[in-house]
Amino acid sequence: MVSALLVMAGIAVVLGALLGFASIRFKVKGDPLVDKIDAILPQTQCGQCGFPGCKPYAQAIAKGEAEINQCPPGGEEGIRKLADLLGKEFKPLSAEHGVEKPKQVAVIDEALCIGCTLCTQACPVDAIVGAAKQMHTIVAPLCTGCELCVPPCPVDCIAMVPVPETVETWKWKYPVVPIKLKEPA
Amino acid sequence: MNGTSPHLHLPISVRLIMLKVLAALVPGIAVYVWFFGAAILVQIALASAAALAGEAAMLKLRGKPVGLFLSDGSALVTAWLIALTFPPIAPWWLTVTATLFAIVVAKHLYGGLGQNPFNPAMVAFCVSIIAFPALMSQWPAVGFTDFAAQMRVVFQSQSAQDAVTMATPLDALRTQLHVPEARATVAGVLGSHASFGNIGGKGWEWIALAYLLGGLWLLQQRVITWHVPVAFLATLALIAGGFSLANPDRYAGPVFHVVTGGAMLGAFFILTDPVSGATTPRGKLIFAAGVALLAWIIRSFGAYPDGMAFGVLLMNLCVPLIDMGTQPPVFGHKDEQKGGTP
Amino acid sequence: MLAALFKFRGGVKPASHKDESTRAPIARAPLPARLVVPLRQSAGGTPLPLVAAGQKVLKGERIGAPEGNFSAAIHAPTSGTVLAVESRTLPHPSGLSAPCVVIAPDGEERWIERTPVNYAAESPDALRDLLRDSGIVGLGGATFPSHLKLKPGAAGRIGTLIVNGAECEPWITCDDLLMRERAEGIVRGIAILRHIASADRVLIGIEDNKPQAIAAMRAATAQATGVEVVPVPTRYPAGGEKQLIRVLTGIEIPYGRIGPEFGVQCFNVGTAWSAHRAVELGEPLVSRIVTLTGNVERPGNFEVPIGTPIDDLLALVAPRADTDRFIMGGPMMGFTLPRTDLPVTKATNCILAASPALFPPTGPEMPCIRCGACTRACPAELQPHELYWFSRAKNFGKAQEYNIFDCIECGCCAYVCPSNIRLVDYYRFAKTSMRALEREKTASDAARQRFEFRNFRTEREQKEKAERLAAKTAAARQAIAGGEKPAAAPTPAATEQTPALPQLDETKKALIAAAIERARAQKEGVQPKNTDNLAPEKLAEIREIEARRAKVREIAKTPPEEPV
Repeated sequence: MVSALLVMAGIAVVLGALLGFASIRFKVKGDPLVDKIDAILPQTQCGQCGFPGCKPYAQAIAKGEAEINQCPPGGEEGIRKLADLLGKEFKPLSAEHGVEKPKQVAVIDEALCIGCTLCTQACPVDAIVGAAKQMHTIVAPLCTGCELCVPPCPVDCIAMVPVPETVETWKWKYPVVPIKLKEPA
Repeated sequence: MNGTSPHLHLPISVRLIMLKVLAALVPGIAVYVWFFGAAILVQIALASAAALAGEAAMLKLRGKPVGLFLSDGSALVTAWLIALTFPPIAPWWLTVTATLFAIVVAKHLYGGLGQNPFNPAMVAFCVSIIAFPALMSQWPAVGFTDFAAQMRVVFQSQSAQDAVTMATPLDALRTQLHVPEARATVAGVLGSHASFGNIGGKGWEWIALAYLLGGLWLLQQRVITWHVPVAFLATLALIAGGFSLANPDRYAGPVFHVVTGGAMLGAFFILTDPVSGATTPRGKLIFAAGVALLAWIIRSFGAYPDGMAFGVLLMNLCVPLIDMGTQPPVFGHKDEQKGGTP
Repeated sequence: MLAALFKFRGGVKPASHKDESTRAPIARAPLPARLVVPLRQSAGGTPLPLVAAGQKVLKGERIGAPEGNFSAAIHAPTSGTVLAVESRTLPHPSGLSAPCVVIAPDGEERWIERTPVNYAAESPDALRDLLRDSGIVGLGGATFPSHLKLKPGAAGRIGTLIVNGAECEPWITCDDLLMRERAEGIVRGIAILRHIASADRVLIGIEDNKPQAIAAMRAATAQATGVEVVPVPTRYPAGGEKQLIRVLTGIEIPYGRIGPEFGVQCFNVGTAWSAHRAVELGEPLVSRIVTLTGNVERPGNFEVPIGTPIDDLLALVAPRADTDRFIMGGPMMGFTLPRTDLPVTKATNCILAASPALFPPTGPEMPCIRCGACTRACPAELQPHELYWFSRAKNFGKAQEYNIFDCIECGCCAYVCPSNIRLVDYYRFAKTSMRALEREKTASDAARQRFEFRNFRTEREQKEKAERLAAKTAAARQAIAGGEKPAAAPTPAATEQTPALPQLDETKKALIAAAIERARAQKEGVQPKNTDNLAPEKLAEIREIEARRAKVREIAKTPPEEPV
């Protein structure tokens, strides 16, 4: 009886020590949660989530102050990834924050631009070049399609155009197998 | 979906593979009938009918094209293996229930063809031997080939007479060697009954030989690869050989183990089930060796006469791990770390 | 030497069907009424057009300039007039469009001034530039610019030059006939490539089902030293670049690495032939040999100007009535052409007429039973069934872990699959999706960095402004303290700023309004000019622009919304 107790206690002590050692020895310096969330967000910096940029939204999610379904550019897939990361339930994109759209870029109608610089101030990623009273243009590869430059433009010369598919960016479709549910007669 | 490459396809199909497996079983069945009568044919018919009915019902329930999938032959292979591993004079309801269990639970509830982690026939065997140990140990005596009498046992559940049934050599070894007071030896037990034959039980050794022939044909047809049968038979023979050398009175020899029970059928027809087995070459070797080891342990020390079915199921459990750990090196990546995934 | 053949694992042996198209010698395809020359005909970017509609061009004149060093030039395949530079559908599985130069041939075939070059006297760098400017790309189908493949860079030296005459795909015979008929030119081209790479030895790999080609190449290389013609066993895909290098040298090149890192490089025989034409005759790549075969009455090989519509070629060989589609490339790796009015490009080695009799439709897709047939057939030694599960489940991380990018899409796995699974489609889906994800990731990383930098910059500017103000205020205070009358009103900085802002805003708004007024006046003054003698589509375009302007004017008339 006593020896059994002693053996059990001994095993507990040894295992406890091992576990304790392992937790120190193999400690994983994990990415802070905010960075992990930020890595999932599309970095459009559009502010549709109600926060001034993706990072602030990521911080809000990490603190539990924001829902995971407030990012329209990230779309359903983004929400799924966030749900996976945080172990939360998937929810559809919240309608008040916008709708998912195909990727777009802003294009300035250069003939109409009056060079007011309002759009350059609005652009969160410095993708618009041009000086005061000079025509502006958008560096398309840098544009995230956030639409923040559209409302400030006094002459409405900025349009959002979908990014066209090219031979280089074209993707094979997911193979869909036509499974006939009914037997051919 | 024919617009994309490759535009060519070999004239090969799942149905063809399954038909080849069935064809390879025919010699074994023929020898079976020769030694133990036509009851096995009735059992095969019962199991086939049950399997097809269960398969059709499940396909219908799952909204799959019934005709297409039913004709792939996979249900028939399961049915035949069940019939061949069960005693030929097992009651009809046992065969039918076990087959339905294999098809409905072990196959379709896991997602149907290609998705089942366990070999359906072996699931049926294990469930039956646990639930009905007596019925599953009721083997016909050699020479008991009277069809009418067999049918009475099968269909009228007439309790089998001792005259028509007998223990298999494996069963005899288990029951007698496990009693220390009996001071039985392997040679003594096997020599105690004329029908135990010289090698693996009279009749059984010839059936095993016929299975071997069918298996070799499957190898030649490239339906199976050499890895599983070779690794299984070699491991079984090695372990059995080693122990019987050390203690010939307690442990049966390698030849006995290889030709008796479900060993030969298992080596070529059960372990080679691609769906529930390992797929990498090294994985196949490990998988088959594992089954051999478990089967030998259960045969020698366990409570059941044959350990094939339990061995297969236990190794089925390990397949994902085995496959993951034995990924062969890829073209151009051979100098990278061997084995495992990079 | 011959004993030193290696083997590659896997592969399949489909019926070769080479005889159909090798009975007749290579014929010249007639000049069509229109040539459509895509500007993008090689990996690595779209060349910029050098011509405009209405311009006359000579045969061999450059019409597309390589963008940077990563693509090869494009040339006019014949003399004539440029009709348009516009977007046209490409012969590509996507059916998407890209810029093309449309040329109306004048039928005179007037060449540009051709200047032959004595390659032995030239530096490798000059020859590489010459290949780039002559539009030489890999003619085996991948169209990788040859000058890039010849640049060893820091990676190492090309000791062994492999020349690919294996042509392992069934039905295709363009390389076979080229070797039979033009072995001399190919060998001269090989000498040029060898000179550029300064390779010690050359191995010419030809599948042993082409005895005539082997004989012709042996005869042509009899005098050369260090050049060997090696018959390789006929087994698809022996002509895959990596497989051929493996067979001839035993070297395996993984995905993402290049030949020179291992001391080898591989060129197609057609590429060698066109390098010879470019350097020693001064003729850039304006035509190629195309096999027209399959379900046609008169199969054969034709020398075709790049840009020839495929319809014109099909008229030469008379497709049979039961032809249901046309494949560009071979039956194992080719794709179904979305239409047949598309042009021949440098990648077009074969047009294959398919019929349900020749290429019977595969049965319905069944579940994978993990039978392992695909694994045994895979020449890249992958586990195709595992890749299939991962790709199907969109588990791209796992697919990459199992080396999906080493897949060469040869089609062996799908060819042998008893369950009729279109395996390669799943891999192509996974690969292109992963590349798209990678692009998105790069873009979003860049956006994050720019956003963070912008925030940093804004903060710094505000801080600097505040510091300046503080300094100014301090100076003013000091001045007051010193008893001098300050120039400005002695209000504290904070209060000075706040009321000034709306005022500033007002002026700005007024300025903007004035600018809008000016822009409007300017717009309304603008009338379309130079509208005479324009094509109807141009006029339509102008009308469209005008309509857009009108819309903008409408919007501009309503007062601009407050900037948020």
